[in-house]
Amino acid sequence: MNVPDHLLYCDSHEWIDPTTPEAAPVGVSDHAQEELTDVVYLELPAVGRIVKKGEAFAVIESVKAANDIYAPASGEVVAVNEALVESPESVNTDPYGAGWMVKIRLSDPAELSGLKNAESYREFLS
Amino acid sequence: MNRSPLHDRHLALGARIVPFAGWEMPIQYQGIVAEHQAVRNAVGIFDISHMGEFEVEGPGALNWLNGLLTNDLAALAVGEGQYTLLLNENGGVIDDLIAYRTGEERYFLVVNAARIDQNREWMLAHPGEGVTFHDRSAELGAFAVQGPKAIAVWHEIEPGAGVMPAHNRISELGQVILCGTGYTGEEGFEFFAPVEEIGGWWDRFVAAGAIPCGLGARDTLRLEKCFPLNGNDLDEVHTPIEAGLGFFVKLDKPGGFIGRDSLESQKEEGIPTRLSAIRLLDKAPPLRHGYEVLAANGSGKVAELTSGSLSPGLGLGVGLAYLPSEMSRPGTELLIAIRDKTYPAKVVKKPFV
Repeated sequence: MNVPDHLLYCDSHEWIDPTTPEAAPVGVSDHAQEELTDVVYLELPAVGRIVKKGEAFAVIESVKAANDIYAPASGEVVAVNEALVESPESVNTDPYGAGWMVKIRLSDPAELSGLKNAESYREFLS
Repeated sequence: MNRSPLHDRHLALGARIVPFAGWEMPIQYQGIVAEHQAVRNAVGIFDISHMGEFEVEGPGALNWLNGLLTNDLAALAVGEGQYTLLLNENGGVIDDLIAYRTGEERYFLVVNAARIDQNREWMLAHPGEGVTFHDRSAELGAFAVQGPKAIAVWHEIEPGAGVMPAHNRISELGQVILCGTGYTGEEGFEFFAPVEEIGGWWDRFVAAGAIPCGLGARDTLRLEKCFPLNGNDLDEVHTPIEAGLGFFVKLDKPGGFIGRDSLESQKEEGIPTRLSAIRLLDKAPPLRHGYEVLAANGSGKVAELTSGSLSPGLGLGVGLAYLPSEMSRPGTELLIAIRDKTYPAKVVKKPFV
C-alpha cells in the first residue's frame, strides 16, 4: 500500500499536502481507491466554495456506490481538478498525483495537527 | 448468514464479500468493470450457489406446475426449459424462475435465492395430486459460466462430454446438471453439482481460463440486457404484463393459473405502468436504485428507478422504472434527480446493449 511520507491523512482516507497551505492539494489515499475500485464519476465543489473540516464536499462514485469525500481541513476551494471529469480513473491509477481533486487555501492550518502522519496512517490501515 | 461451498475459494481469490439474500457472496474480485468486460469478450464464472433448486415429479407434476406458473410447461419436450413466473392471486410476482423438463413426469426448477422459502411455501400451500416436491437447494452448489468462450472452456475441461446444451436446454451428466442459460445475455450455461463436488469443478474452470466474477458484474451485465431482478424490478404489486414479460404469460393455456384473471383484465383494459429502460443523455453520475424520475416538462415525479447503474458498455448511466404507460414510449424525455441536481434522460428501446 502506497502511503507517501509528506502527506497527512484522515480516518476517512482523504489525504492533504500540508507543504503548500495557500493551495493544499486534497485527494483520496491509495487504500481508498483500492476499496472503491473503478472510479467512474466525481462530483467536485465549485472554486470559491468555503468548506469546514469534516464537511462532505465532494462525491466519488464507483460502478457500485456513491461515497462522500470529507474536507481534511477548513478553507476556500481555490482549484478543482477538471481533468477528472474526463478521466475519473486517474483516482485509481495515480491517487496522489493526477488523481488530486481540489486545492484548499487553509483558513486554520493548526487544524492539521488533528490528522494522521504517514506512519500513524500506515498503522491505522494495518 | 449462509455460506457458499465456494466461500474459501472466493477468499483465496481476494474477493470482497457482501451479504446478499441471506448469503455471504462475492461482489467483486479484481473490479466490476474488468469482470464485466471479461464476460462480454471472453468468459467469466459466477458463484450462484445461493440460488434455489426444486425437483417436482409424478403423474400430476405437469398439471400442478401449470396451474402455478404463467408459461405453458406442456410445450416442453424432455430436455427443454422455459422462463416463467410464479404469481400471487392479484397477478403480482412472487418469483421469476426457469423450469426444465428433465423426464416424462419430472421437472427441475431454478429459483431466486431471496425467494426460496416464499416459493416453497406458496407451492406447498397449493398442493396437487400425484406430485412429489423436493427442495434440493441445500444439496446443490452451482456456478454460471458466461461469455463467448464459455463453450470452448467446457470442451477444454471435458473433451469427451458431448455437446453443451443449447439455449434453454438441460442435460444431466451423472450428478452434474448443465443448463443452457445465464443472466448476462452472453452464451453460456449454469452448472449444478452436489455441494461437496462443486469446488473441484470450479477450480477446473478457473484453471481453464474462466475469470471469477462477482455479483457487481452480474448486475451490470443483466441490467444492460434489461433482465429484471426480482425484489428490484419485479415485486408483488406489478404484474408480468407491466414488467414487459407478457411473452412468458400464456393466458389461454388449459386450466389457467393463479393470478391469470388480473392479467387478463390488464390485457383488455391496458396497463397503468410499464417497466421501461431509461438512459442518461450525457456524462453524469451513474444511476442508482431509488433515484426519482421526473417529467421533462417540470410537472414533477413520475416514478423511482427500480434498478440503476453505469453501463460499462455505453459509459452512461442506465436504469429501469415503472413509468406511467403514456410516458413509456421510447424517445420520451425525462429528468433524473441525483442529489441536488437533475440530469436529462430518455426512454429507450430494450435492451440497452
